[in-house]
Amino acid sequence: MLDFIVKRFFQGILVVFLVLTAVFFLMRLSGDPTTLFLPQDASREQIEAFQHQMGLDRPLYVQYGEFMGNAVQGDFGESLRTQQDALQSVLDRLPATFQLAAAALILALVIAIPLGVLSAYYRNSIFDRVAVGLTVIGQAIPTFWMGLLLIFLFAAQLKILPSGGAGTPIHMILPMLTLAFYSTARFTRFTRSAMLDVLQQDFIRTAKASGTPTFPLIMKYALKNSLIPIITLVALDLGELLGGAVITEIVFSWPGVGRLIEQALMTRDFPVVLAGVFIIALIYTVINFLADVIYAYVNPQIRVK
Amino acid sequence: MAESILEIKDLKIQFQNGKHIVQPIREVSFQIKAGQTVGIVGESGSGKSVTSLAVMGLLPDRISSIPSGEILFDGKELTKLKEKEWRKIRGNEISMIFQEPMTSLNPVFTIGQQLSEPLKRHRQLSNKEQKAAIIKVLKQVGIPRPEQIIHEYPHQLSGGMRQRVMISMALLCEPKLMIADEPTTALDVTIQAQILSLLKKITSKKDRSLMLITHDLGVVAEMCDWVVVMYAGEIVESAEVNELFDRPLHPYTRGLIQSLPSNNERKSKLYAIQGQVPKPEQVKQGCIFANRCPLAMEKCFQESPPAFQEDGHLSKCWLQSSDEGVVR
Repeated sequence: MLDFIVKRFFQGILVVFLVLTAVFFLMRLSGDPTTLFLPQDASREQIEAFQHQMGLDRPLYVQYGEFMGNAVQGDFGESLRTQQDALQSVLDRLPATFQLAAAALILALVIAIPLGVLSAYYRNSIFDRVAVGLTVIGQAIPTFWMGLLLIFLFAAQLKILPSGGAGTPIHMILPMLTLAFYSTARFTRFTRSAMLDVLQQDFIRTAKASGTPTFPLIMKYALKNSLIPIITLVALDLGELLGGAVITEIVFSWPGVGRLIEQALMTRDFPVVLAGVFIIALIYTVINFLADVIYAYVNPQIRVK
Repeated sequence: MAESILEIKDLKIQFQNGKHIVQPIREVSFQIKAGQTVGIVGESGSGKSVTSLAVMGLLPDRISSIPSGEILFDGKELTKLKEKEWRKIRGNEISMIFQEPMTSLNPVFTIGQQLSEPLKRHRQLSNKEQKAAIIKVLKQVGIPRPEQIIHEYPHQLSGGMRQRVMISMALLCEPKLMIADEPTTALDVTIQAQILSLLKKITSKKDRSLMLITHDLGVVAEMCDWVVVMYAGEIVESAEVNELFDRPLHPYTRGLIQSLPSNNERKSKLYAIQGQVPKPEQVKQGCIFANRCPLAMEKCFQESPPAFQEDGHLSKCWLQSSDEGVVR
């Protein structure tokens, strides 16, 4: 197990390093931030002074080397816009993103797993068909549109929920629903097909032949087997929820990491973008690592002796 | 004569898939007496397994039904039982050993967890008593170091060991009837012999009946007191084991016996019954075996033969009819 952890650790470092490198160069390709920060009629001297101050006038490899050297020490520089520490401003936004992601994930799991299990158990029944139909819709609706629909219904028409912002738990409801909608659909489909597969296995018949009633048969003997593929999917989705909830955060003006990165991108605020990407890559890596550990716990066949 | 523990009377089983109806089992009757081992023999598709699943109440619930016939277990009629009542019987009074030991155990639970299941359902035992009962039965089936095995997972055991675990699971609640569905088919030949001798040891205990489903006549000769030969969903012959091997009446049984490879002589060619078992939907009028029977007469293609009986030796073949001038 220790071998496994050490190996994963170094793989994780490599992933984060490669992601930062890729994003660093892509950002430079996207253009020079100077024009965005200085007034249009800025003089040649002013521009050069700004570029020199930011270190943008040096060769790219020097900039890259300096960036990596500092990044290793946790220093991503200051935000070009706010002059705050870039990493710190990303970390400040993390709790909001975590909150939203956790709420959405829990909601999705609580709905999706029972729904998927029931669908599989009553396969081809009307219940199953309706559930499958809903999951198709859930996966087909783009997040931004789902968000707008919810705002239209609950904020504009019914006027019972705020359309955006943060602060109270009520503010979280709509973005949470938006995020959970897609995940629920995905998890339900996945749980259903994993359960269908497991329910046909010989060992389910064995358990039945021992006199096991339906409920423990499904919830204990079948579900634990189905969880193996579901865990992988949940890990992938959680990574997406934490890093990729950009659109939902924008639609609902949620003060999370996604929105911060989006704003930073728009203003070519390099340090903030890179710090944000660093955090997200780190989260992805950690979640995948945790998924592997849980996976090994649930599936004794891959447990390393 | 001992009392019969299981009596199947004119059992018919029907599978329905939309408008498509098939009857994999038609008019099957036989009985198993207390302490007896009865072999059900036949090729794949003859309905052996379906019959055994019906006795366990494990037919796929939505598509199958039993339109007529009775299954009497210990005097109780099983075909009308509710699921709740079935649960009290399964694993308790009737238990089953399945064909595939590699897939019949749950990969994510330990052997101990899985073996405790029937005890949990049918016996009120403390955890300590459960563990003791499991270890005792594991020793009985010849599993070494049972105290460690109960903490292991199925993939850590070999096929033969897993089948021993399956047998111990079937034994746990001391059932009156055990059903073994091809228990040795998936195993290596050397392990097969071990498992068979284990089953024999277990059934030598008084009052323990076994329904042994197999396509292997060698296994039948070794293990059984009585043999039921099934073909395409019907019983074609049924007799005491020595009687059947000494004097097989049905051409199908003769074919099966002839098909056995012999250990002693090297024949140039193995005997094979030509053709295949008809699918349930292909069964037409006349004798079901007629199209593959080397002795088929015109009558065989027109009329289905009744069950002729002589001293309990039953055979469903026109050759047994006195009209044909053959021994009845």
